[in-house]
Amino acid sequence: MATWKKLILLLSIIPLLLLLAYGFKTNPREVPSPLVGRQAPPFAFSMFDGTSHSLEQLRGKPVVLNFWASWCFPACYEEAPHLEAAWQTYRDRGVVFIGVDIQDRDTDGKAFVERFKLSFPNGPDPQGKVSIDYGVYGVPETFFIGRDGTIHYKHVGALDESVLKKKIEEML
Amino acid sequence: MKDKKQRLAVYLLLAIILWARPSATLAGSLEEQTLRLAAELRCPVCQNLSVADSPSEMATQMREVIHEKLKNGESPDQIRNYFVSRYGEWILLSPTRRGFNWLAWLLPFVALLGGGGIIVLTVRHSIRRGRKSNAEQLRPPDPRYTSRLDAELKEWER
Repeated sequence: MATWKKLILLLSIIPLLLLLAYGFKTNPREVPSPLVGRQAPPFAFSMFDGTSHSLEQLRGKPVVLNFWASWCFPACYEEAPHLEAAWQTYRDRGVVFIGVDIQDRDTDGKAFVERFKLSFPNGPDPQGKVSIDYGVYGVPETFFIGRDGTIHYKHVGALDESVLKKKIEEML
Repeated sequence: MKDKKQRLAVYLLLAIILWARPSATLAGSLEEQTLRLAAELRCPVCQNLSVADSPSEMATQMREVIHEKLKNGESPDQIRNYFVSRYGEWILLSPTRRGFNWLAWLLPFVALLGGGGIIVLTVRHSIRRGRKSNAEQLRPPDPRYTSRLDAELKEWER
């Protein structure tokens, strides 16, 4: 084969290999949220305990908005105690925690809240409007909303103590 | 002849415009419009399924959101933009035709043209080689072989 032919073949293969390498390097499950850095979509919904909460009421306070489900095992079960512990630590400093139970049965959701003795407000999202409005594509997902209503950070997967502490401290 | 060419060019241009720009309004009932829009969106909890095709609860909820938005008079473009603003471009099954996304649209055609070019070149090359070997066959036969062939044929006839 002539040298120039080999060169053309090589030049056409290299970009393809680079494209493949880029594709293999990226995680298809990691989808960056376009909402980070933007105003959080407003929400208003009823909690399991019958109270109502809306983002409008919470303006001026940092909010940790956690999407979960009772069928989400083990991730939601792992992070629930950390969420309750962080809520107990930061509630006096004005941080608000809200849990949104998605694609779940009310009885199962309530049992989950009972099991982990979650004392912060938790409520169902029966039509999925809040979760779709936040671009949720799985559970658990958590949004950290700053005092000005801007989404500071989105966490995909189970939260742990260090992430919670770091992100809440950044918002305070 | 010139008229025919012009008409063909107009048809071609129309086809390109229609292909490049998805229609702003979708005809049909509200349910049909919902399904058509849902077919353009990726189901977030599925593997390679559209919101229209997925039986998952999330896809069902997304179809309900589309239906409600259409009922409230929102245009298909507004609804598409709503989902893109929440999930990013990732939610669209077909990437929008702009910027870096053009690569995804054009690469298959480039590959097709390149592949076609290689086939044409290979066929031409083999035809040329075939002609050359035919030409070689038309040369007068080697006298050594003809005399030997004659001798062996005579032997066999005996």
